[in-house]
Amino acid sequence: MTRSLRGKVAVLGVGETTYYKRGGAPEAEGKLALQAIIAACEDAGISPKSVDGFASFSNDQNDPSRLAAALGIKDLRFANMQWGGGGGGGSAAVGNAAAAIATGMAECVVVFRALAQGQFGRFGQGPRRNAIFGDMAFTAPYGLMSPAQMFAMRVTRFMHDHGVDAAALRAISLASYHHAQNNPRAVMHGRPLDAEKYDASRWIVEPFRLYDCCQENDGAAAMVLVPAERAKETNHRPTYLLSAVSGSHYRAGASAHNTPDYATSCFKTVAPRLYEMAGVKPADVDVLQSYENFTGGVLMSMVEHGFCEPDACNEFFVKENLIAPTGKLPTNTSGGNLAECYMHGLGLNIEAVRQIRGDSTNQVPDADVALVGSGPMVTPVSSSIFGSEATL
Amino acid sequence: MSYLHAGLPKPMPRPDGLDAAYWEAAAQDVLKVQRCNACKGWQWGPEWICHRCLSDDVGFEAVAPTGRIYSYERVWHPVHPALQEQGPYLVALVELPQCDGIRMVGNLLGNPRQAVRIGAAAHAVFEHHADDDPAFTLVQWQLD
Ligand SMILES: [Zn+2]
Repeated sequence: MTRSLRGKVAVLGVGETTYYKRGGAPEAEGKLALQAIIAACEDAGISPKSVDGFASFSNDQNDPSRLAAALGIKDLRFANMQWGGGGGGGSAAVGNAAAAIATGMAECVVVFRALAQGQFGRFGQGPRRNAIFGDMAFTAPYGLMSPAQMFAMRVTRFMHDHGVDAAALRAISLASYHHAQNNPRAVMHGRPLDAEKYDASRWIVEPFRLYDCCQENDGAAAMVLVPAERAKETNHRPTYLLSAVSGSHYRAGASAHNTPDYATSCFKTVAPRLYEMAGVKPADVDVLQSYENFTGGVLMSMVEHGFCEPDACNEFFVKENLIAPTGKLPTNTSGGNLAECYMHGLGLNIEAVRQIRGDSTNQVPDADVALVGSGPMVTPVSSSIFGSEATL
Repeated sequence: MSYLHAGLPKPMPRPDGLDAAYWEAAAQDVLKVQRCNACKGWQWGPEWICHRCLSDDVGFEAVAPTGRIYSYERVWHPVHPALQEQGPYLVALVELPQCDGIRMVGNLLGNPRQAVRIGAAAHAVFEHHADDDPAFTLVQWQLD
């Protein structure tokens, strides 16, 4: 590929606020956003005033112009929002920021997400309006309105088609909680989960139990991206973006559950482009961060990123394969959306960077290639790959 | 009698008229979905043009209200105050093989704890809420 982001942009810094349970943040969402941005700039060793662009996703309500005003930024050059809901834009926002840098539109772009579900409404609740029209009129009156309810039927169909057992979903949850026990940032730090506790947990919507579902949290996270030439301005191990792509398959956005290819995480067309741009294969990936809105989405994401054949899920998805440092493919090593924090998956990109730096609380030895899959089952989805200097 | 407790958002036709024919037909116990008058292809949900041939000559046509279960879910956790006392309920995604495999979402009537088999044949049941404001009809499904 001649036109590519591969190796052109580096992650200079990452940062986040304290992560809270929904409603637990002592600060307003806008202040959390500023705190995370300042923390990421501190980690990068730069002044926030030298940031000249912002990229976010999922209708983040912290307008870059207001952020720039608050931070005293002199020259705002890039203000970007990725379309689409859920966490599907987590890696796309990184890609959009990187594209701006690679093409000379900006020099130092912060990717951020701030989310205070205690202050601005919960994703896990249905609409409260008396009447509704449009796409939701074909689902909400039937009691199909929360994200868990929107995605459960996809996962059920996939499990039916490929004979996947419930234990495969459980393994994904157990791995996230396992990693969270070593991560002091994790909201579920100190709250371990075992198979018995998982099996005894209540159904949310079959096939998802409570522990198959992401948390609802308050907090903010940010990453500082700069041209690759600046990768060594800090003492961190240099971390480069190898690839970031987004999209979705044919008519993924057909309404009322009518996308022709239904039982999918929506990565089938995205993952091949991801690997092509990065110049790596699934077998080269040392550590994976795979967005858990629900465990079933992780399972399909991993299949569609080439880590497991669809008919081999019951053998592959066991806890031992998914945990650092010894697993075949350590996955969600911060605890992820299930057990660290649901920051719409930006935390997963940050954890991938920490793995390449060697700074994770569940470090995979000699991690050179880290992959992030963002927001399965929504449209568009996105993925990114980060690499060490050795991968350039 | 309605399958779910009252109080969920009531469906209304879009103000721009795109799906009006569907709702009007449902009120008369008829299932209508979109069909392209140019290429005769079916599509659902409604679009302004045909996604195959891009013709804007797209109409609605009555179809046999029968299908088969493509997927389903049993919901336990109430996410709306109206469902607090509901208990588990079933949502089904029903495929209409006679219409290029388009799919309809509805509740699957009967015992909410029943075993559901993907591929099972089902037929539509029109659940009228004529006295509601606004009045509406839900297209529900029942195993044959
Ligand atoms: Zn046509």
